[in-house]
Amino acid sequence: MKSFWVFLGSSLAKMVLVVFLAPLFVGWLNMVRALMANRTPPGLLQPFKDWGKLFTKEIIIPEGSSMLFRWIPRIVFSLLLMSSLLVPMTEPHDDGWVFGDALVLIGILSLVRVLMSLGAMDSGTPFGGIGGRREMMVGFLAEPATILVIFTTYLVSHSTMTFVTADSLQSGSILPTPSLVFGGLSFFLILLGENARMPIDNPATHLELTMIHEAMMLEYTGPSLALMEWASAIKILVYLLMGIGLFFPWGVTGGPGWSGLLPAFGMLAGKLFMAGAILGVFETLVAKLRIFRVPEFMTLAFLLAILGFLSHFVLET
Amino acid sequence: MSEEKGKFPDGSGQFSPGMLSGHVFVESSSGDDYLREASVIKNRGGRLVSLWGDAGENGFLYSVFADAEGLRILRTLVRQIPRPSFPSIAFLFPLASRLERTVRDLAGWEPEGLSDFRPWIDHGLWSGPPLAGKALPPKGLPSKEIRGEDYPYVVVRGEGVHEIPVGPVHAGIIEPGHFRFQVVGEKVLRMEERLGYTHKGIRTLIRGRSMQEAFPLISRVSGDSAVAYQWAWAQAVEMATQTVPPDRALWIRSVLLERERIANHLGDLGALGNDAGFGFGLVQFGRLKEDWIRRNQDVFGHRYLMDTLVPGGVSKDLGDAEIRAMLDDVRALKPELLSLKTIYDEHGGLQDRFSETGFLDPMLAGQWGLGGVVGRSSGQMLDLRHDHPVPPYDRERVPVSISRRGDVGARVRVRFQEIRHSLAFIESVLPALPEGPANVPLERCESFREGIGWVEGFRGEILVWARLGPGHTVADAHFHDPSWFLWPTLEMVVPGNLVADFPLINKSFNASYSGHDL
Repeated sequence: MKSFWVFLGSSLAKMVLVVFLAPLFVGWLNMVRALMANRTPPGLLQPFKDWGKLFTKEIIIPEGSSMLFRWIPRIVFSLLLMSSLLVPMTEPHDDGWVFGDALVLIGILSLVRVLMSLGAMDSGTPFGGIGGRREMMVGFLAEPATILVIFTTYLVSHSTMTFVTADSLQSGSILPTPSLVFGGLSFFLILLGENARMPIDNPATHLELTMIHEAMMLEYTGPSLALMEWASAIKILVYLLMGIGLFFPWGVTGGPGWSGLLPAFGMLAGKLFMAGAILGVFETLVAKLRIFRVPEFMTLAFLLAILGFLSHFVLET
Repeated sequence: MSEEKGKFPDGSGQFSPGMLSGHVFVESSSGDDYLREASVIKNRGGRLVSLWGDAGENGFLYSVFADAEGLRILRTLVRQIPRPSFPSIAFLFPLASRLERTVRDLAGWEPEGLSDFRPWIDHGLWSGPPLAGKALPPKGLPSKEIRGEDYPYVVVRGEGVHEIPVGPVHAGIIEPGHFRFQVVGEKVLRMEERLGYTHKGIRTLIRGRSMQEAFPLISRVSGDSAVAYQWAWAQAVEMATQTVPPDRALWIRSVLLERERIANHLGDLGALGNDAGFGFGLVQFGRLKEDWIRRNQDVFGHRYLMDTLVPGGVSKDLGDAEIRAMLDDVRALKPELLSLKTIYDEHGGLQDRFSETGFLDPMLAGQWGLGGVVGRSSGQMLDLRHDHPVPPYDRERVPVSISRRGDVGARVRVRFQEIRHSLAFIESVLPALPEGPANVPLERCESFREGIGWVEGFRGEILVWARLGPGHTVADAHFHDPSWFLWPTLEMVVPGNLVADFPLINKSFNASYSGHDL
């Protein structure tokens, strides 16, 4: 059992790491997308430059918006940062100080979604309304699938703690099973939907009528916008870490104690590198879905999650 | 009412051989005659081409129609008492409505019987109709009322219906236009446009200029259709001065026009892919377009072919090396286009976005007499290059690219087809250029004479009317862009579609803001 102070220190270190790793990942993803389009890629550090510039700019508040609009970037950023403590990254497993399981994580992410939608609607512009509405639609379709995926991993590892799942998987006590394969596929679709990636939402579009996530961000300016974009980067990183922890946990901890930290970092970097490449290629190959096809897409995620859940009983017991 | 083939009774508008033929000029002195003539045209299946006011000494309303034989140009004296007015023909030709509202804004004449009393091109910035006299914009911002913020859009009421205003400032860097959506959920019930934000007063700009001073303006009427406007202008001036351009010039003009069409269609196809979230299309077509317009720069000295086509000919003759380079380009583009077409055709996600989106009923397109890419994608067999060919289109026939499906996919397909046909056309025209001079000086013109030009641009039919005074000064001119008819059609097409599909439908129409806001 770690002492409280070790836990606090490692948590803070982890949050700092996440804050800086998230823009790096987004930078890498954008590089892949640019390379796939035969364009000269922006540097890995481009998000830092963009957001750094935004932090020097003034904040413009839409007429008639409430305090909610002003506070939401900060709250959303903090909540997402907090949620990163619930997913395994590199630290050794320790069942002592963990303040929540995957269901808490989903709860926090839902809260973030609700807050973002509220903030968008609070701006009073029609696009905020459209974006918020669409975001809630995607969210309420994605959530049951996510919960079902968590239950599937629970059936395999007997814990809803992502740390425990990752640990029991990588310790070799269980092998990748059909249920986890289905669950992993489902989770990939959820990740695309929840993070406003293609084919659900086009992060690169300038067509305000087609936007989901970007429509909610239209009214944020300067540091607020930087915080929101940073928060989105953290969100996709959290989802990836969760996916890695649940479905590709090998090497999450390099070995017992602190000595395994370095190889674990190496593994993490490699996995994120691969994840960025896969996402970038996938996004280049697909066209955006018609908005009314989004439910079908999320239903597919749910269907896969159900298959994973059931195949545990049919094939694995 | 008097009617004469080939010219107005006062002699203006007489045309000479080798140019557009088959036009009929009709002069009517009363509004009743005008209405009767318009309804005869309507009953015979004619369509509206353009309508404008000539606020000279007398005040004439010009309205141009087209049928199988050619143009019918109606000139009607505007009634002055009790106030300047002319009868509206919007009940016969719905597309006339906005044109008549524009006449009211620009010339101050009242379209009698028009139910739409709202201004159109005037956003409340002018102290009076600019064409009728001197109307300068007032200093500073006008009051809220005349800034057009209270422009009465048609509002839909009902459970769950709400309004989305979009623009005129958009999230992307595009031209300004305002769209007012009435939606329920994601479904559009009604969409209304507000345009005129880029009104540049081209007629006031061109009046009184000499031919040389007017020349650079013509290419810049609407930049993406530089060649089409230049050619239509040249036709109008050549008709007015009775100059016959040499054959070689006409053939080079056709190459310029098709090069412009190909460049724009390439750009549109890429943008259509991009608007469906398929960035690959934008990049690939962007590359092809860029290579294509760089050749324009090499050969003609301008990427968008501005200032290449003068009345009386073309400003630059082609040498053998240039012809060979352009032919090589054509041969290089063909296989690339084919492979991109295969990718577009076989991409399930893209086809899902394209098909059945933004359906334009061929029936409506027929009633409105809509030509251009949009009309042809809804089954309209209208293409000036085919229907009223000028040399060399009379010898090197261009097939009409047509589709009956009427959706975004059809407009994509028609664009692919047209590029293919244009490439084949260039390939057969370039090696066979007739010998001779590339331009001739204009014939002298000592009186006021009128001329009209009519060209199939990449978007659709472009019409230019010019009146020249002694010494080749431009007394007046009118430029008509196909966008005038595309925008109202878009309003008819969008309802019933998803809000999020609007950008894609809009792109498939590719109506011009600049061309409309002349």
